[in-house]
Amino acid sequence: MKFLDILQFAAASLRGSPARTGLMILAMSIGVAAVVILTGLGEGARRYVINQFSSLGTNLVLVFPGRTETAGIGPGMLLGQIPRELSLDDAQALLQSRSVRRIAPLTLGSSQISRDAKNREVVVLGSSAELLEVRHMTLGKGQFLPAGDLHTSTSVCVLGATINRELFGNASGVGNWLRLGDRRFRVIGILSSQGESMGFNTDEIVIVPVASAHMLFNTSGLFRILVEARSRDSIEQAKKEVETILFSRHNGEKDVTVVTQDAVLATFDRILRALTLAVGGIAAISLAVAGILIMNVMLIAVSQRVKEIGLLKALGAPDVQIRHLFFTEAALLSVAGCLSGVILGEAGVFVIGKLYPSLPITAPWWAVLAAISISLGTGIVFSVWPARRAARLDPVTALAGR
Amino acid sequence: MIEFERVSRSFTVGDQQVSALRDINLSITSGDYVSIMGPSGSGKSTLLNLIGLLDRPSSGTYTLDGSNVTALNDTQQARIRSRKIGFVFQSFHLVPRLSAAMNIELPLILAGIPVQERKERVQKLLENYGLTDRAHHRPDQLSGGQRQRVAIARATSMHPSVLLADEPTGNLDQTTGREVINLLEQLTEQNVTLILVTHDPALGERASRQLHMRDGEIIPNHR
Repeated sequence: MKFLDILQFAAASLRGSPARTGLMILAMSIGVAAVVILTGLGEGARRYVINQFSSLGTNLVLVFPGRTETAGIGPGMLLGQIPRELSLDDAQALLQSRSVRRIAPLTLGSSQISRDAKNREVVVLGSSAELLEVRHMTLGKGQFLPAGDLHTSTSVCVLGATINRELFGNASGVGNWLRLGDRRFRVIGILSSQGESMGFNTDEIVIVPVASAHMLFNTSGLFRILVEARSRDSIEQAKKEVETILFSRHNGEKDVTVVTQDAVLATFDRILRALTLAVGGIAAISLAVAGILIMNVMLIAVSQRVKEIGLLKALGAPDVQIRHLFFTEAALLSVAGCLSGVILGEAGVFVIGKLYPSLPITAPWWAVLAAISISLGTGIVFSVWPARRAARLDPVTALAGR
Repeated sequence: MIEFERVSRSFTVGDQQVSALRDINLSITSGDYVSIMGPSGSGKSTLLNLIGLLDRPSSGTYTLDGSNVTALNDTQQARIRSRKIGFVFQSFHLVPRLSAAMNIELPLILAGIPVQERKERVQKLLENYGLTDRAHHRPDQLSGGQRQRVAIARATSMHPSVLLADEPTGNLDQTTGREVINLLEQLTEQNVTLILVTHDPALGERASRQLHMRDGEIIPNHR
């Protein structure tokens, strides 16, 4: 018996009981679609987080003042000392490192902003010209902070898009003067609208030179230093050098914390990937159930078609052939279920993607592949037994329908 | 040429051994027309199943066309069933979801005959048995006589040398039964060995050789 004939015969038997075949395919495709959609969602969440992170800048090393470690009560605390703050000179010193491309010091505070009769509370960010590049911001109009000595305080500011709209309406505020706290600043640029990223809305901030911010808030410490490494490979090197420079400047005291953005990112990546695998695994259980269903249905098919099997034997079909026939039938069921499942799943992913455009949902190829192989695998493995059972029937009793 | 030498077949029912056939010696030459008669439980069907290689004897040897077929394994026996033996059953045993033509084609498909030749043979058989206009009907759309004609066409599609018919007219009325018997008898003219199991003495007497069975034995010199 030729392969094509076996295929046709098996397809004909499947068509012979359309309701059973349809339900079987439905069960299988729901399983496959579940795997595809759920892993797609998990993967979408992972990508969403990663995108959010990389919009903060690339190859970043972050420097915080203070040390997050448990060390009991140090002598400094008893003496009423606070951890040494990060100074502008510290920030500047980091440029000695070969692995560091750019740095951007950050000071954060909030202040009253006012122009004519309008005023509101805003977050004021003190930084340098480099921030634009380091933090991947884009300028809408005008220019960013002037480059130059970090210690020079000039009375210029860059507005977030929302702030500009609230103060100047649809017109551009570039060139106008406004008041921040008790000082006057001239608007030299407006950021283009970027929306919220990682809970920080760049549309609602005002950026001023770091020295001006220090005067405004009467401080000298930095909230953070953003360090951009030369390349992805030099991130670790940059981190080490940043630590060495700062520790030596602080008389060997380890009172700063240096983390790489990658480390943070990798943690999120791991957590979300584990989540994806977990949901995918749960969905895969439904596939195994579908496989057992196929076995059940095939066993029923064998007992319903005992007479037919007896006849095939009488007509000279050897056991192998009968095994192949039933096996092919189950394999066809699995393939059909699998294909419709993948189509159903991808359609689901497409619809969810349309409903939530901000979520980059796509089923990862390995999940689709795993769904296909698990469904085909279970379908085929679980059909071996029914097929063998059919082939082993005694022709005389089978023909009698017993 | 069918030769049985001291063939026995016994079954285990519960914890008892029941002999269905006892020490049968039988020789049937090619092209013979043999009827097997006897009351139910006399071993007619068991004998037919053994000749058709659907069952194996408990002891004794069966020689078909000069070769000992008892010694063959299942696959080899299946091959002989495919090439040399045709079956016609009382309840037709057509595959319900397949058309008449497909049912006739089934043994050819199983034997791996090329499509072109298959179609030609089926076409010819449909003509021979007057079924051309019923070719695409399923069995439940056919009358009893038509169904049995399809079954005979199927049984002869591989040109077997032995045709085994177990009560072929049992589910048919008198007239259609007569037609079916005529069709079967025509085959003996083409040197096919026809072995017919029947209850009906009138039918059995038409055969050139008649075997009467009782309690698993062939009664010698019956009458």
